[in-house]
Amino acid sequence: MQQDIVRVQSNVEIAPGLFLFKFVSDPVAAAAEPGQFVNIRAAYGWGPLLLRRPFSISNVRGSSIELLFNVVGAGTRMLASKRPGDEIDILGPLGVPFRYREPYETAILVAGGLGIAPFPFLTDRLEKLGTKIITFVGSRSVLDLRQIDLNNIQRATDDGSEGFHGTVVDCLANYLAAHRVDKPKIFGCGPTKMLSALSQYAQAHNLACELSLEGDMACGIGICQGCPVEQTNGTGKYALVCTDGPSFDCRTIVLPS
Amino acid sequence: MTKTSFSIGSVHFKNRVLVASGTFGYGNEVKDLVDVNKLGGIITKSLSLKPRDGNPPRRIVETPSGMLNSIGLANIGVHAFIQDKLPYLRTLDTAVIVNIAASSVQEYCDVLSLLEQEEGIDGFEINVSCPNVKEGGLNFGTNCAMTEEITARLRPLTKKPLIMKLTPNVTHVSEFARAVERAGADAVSLINTVIGMAVDIRTKKPKLSTVTGGLSGPAIKPIALAKVYEAAQAVKIPIIGIGGIQSAEDAVEFLLVGASAVQVGTMNFIDAGASVRIAEGIRLHAEAQEIDDVGKLVGGLDANVKFSVLQSWL
Repeated sequence: MQQDIVRVQSNVEIAPGLFLFKFVSDPVAAAAEPGQFVNIRAAYGWGPLLLRRPFSISNVRGSSIELLFNVVGAGTRMLASKRPGDEIDILGPLGVPFRYREPYETAILVAGGLGIAPFPFLTDRLEKLGTKIITFVGSRSVLDLRQIDLNNIQRATDDGSEGFHGTVVDCLANYLAAHRVDKPKIFGCGPTKMLSALSQYAQAHNLACELSLEGDMACGIGICQGCPVEQTNGTGKYALVCTDGPSFDCRTIVLPS
Repeated sequence: MTKTSFSIGSVHFKNRVLVASGTFGYGNEVKDLVDVNKLGGIITKSLSLKPRDGNPPRRIVETPSGMLNSIGLANIGVHAFIQDKLPYLRTLDTAVIVNIAASSVQEYCDVLSLLEQEEGIDGFEINVSCPNVKEGGLNFGTNCAMTEEITARLRPLTKKPLIMKLTPNVTHVSEFARAVERAGADAVSLINTVIGMAVDIRTKKPKLSTVTGGLSGPAIKPIALAKVYEAAQAVKIPIIGIGGIQSAEDAVEFLLVGASAVQVGTMNFIDAGASVRIAEGIRLHAEAQEIDDVGKLVGGLDANVKFSVLQSWL
């Protein structure tokens, strides 16, 4: 874990409202694993905005760290305005990575909307291991994924404008009903409702499944206790998204459905 | 060299900046980010007799220049603290103050008595001011007689400093400061969080699961300064000022209105090294003012407003 002031390398709107943001940090690049996150604010504070904002590490190339984010509020609007050379204050890498080295044969990546964020990094590592990958990406409508490095993509859209007409979890279920996939492990990231459906599907079919969660957090390092998620075992009723996750075995947590 | 240290009762603090309860865990979580031994002291997360799960999510909401929290005193309980956390705290070369929260007077006494048998604890801060729990918390902290009774019941149980942490959610905090002074407290710390609320206008629901929560951060600093100033007029025991401190300048304001020391809270979430930098900044300020002891700033407010020359606010 490193806290540092670093420079923005590039910040490009690759689709309407979707930003690919790059900054340079050797220590973070060396330590980061897929599924981890960085907690960011503008260098030297950002006025009336107080807290850092957590972002999945989307990819690592050399000493360059990539993030993907949508402008959803004041913090992301501020980050969207950052230009190459601007300074930001980062804390990371944080959290428990995906357990992607465990024995299984096919990695099934399931993303809802911006849930694609951690998957280019995971895809890169899986490709290096030679693991088979199938990627399911669900979105409301057409999504331009050309600048996002994913492998073997199956698309689902809510409005049917591209690929399967329906939810990404239904798309996955249809695919697995029609195709034989050897020893799969599912990695899911996206809105809570989607993750909840994915968790139910995986458990009903006895499939290994890890979910990457979001949480409202102040610190990102287990101090503020702000990001609880209900757990099925372990000490206490709650785990913390920041330090016990963000990646959880789906059987160990209870999501609001 | 400018003197930075001070004492409360038997306990020596190397400087006047402590980290507030609930904003620094049990110290070991941030040891990679900051030299904990450079702090004036650590105040632990509130401990209760049994572990507490805390409140359901959502527990945190950012608001302009502040944050609302409703953690609900989630903590590992006093027994796990003694077994798992205290050994690390014993290795530190800084004052360790354990914060205690409880839902009955007896529970306060039980927790303090258990901790009193352990080595490595320099003093106690008593949380009678948590706004986010149903029992105890503010029910105690907004009741002056109850606050006094808790102090009086705890006093004979320890010779170590007893610091009562007060809430701003009362009409006259000075009455509470006087009450705990009367009952034998060694110091008061204030303010705990200010009750606040935020609403999601699309769902029409409160943003926090408990509807209201506690506001902290720079947004509450002016409130905190006024409360500390009020308490300082009322009691002789030391006051530890808390509320929205982000910089050495903020901290010096608290010293001037009568705080003997300060606690940094919310800022620790954003920048774990902030407290150490603030302590160093206070020393540099004193040096620049040619003051040989930071303590000489305490209560140094020139309240003669009529002739004050306003510094530009531009």
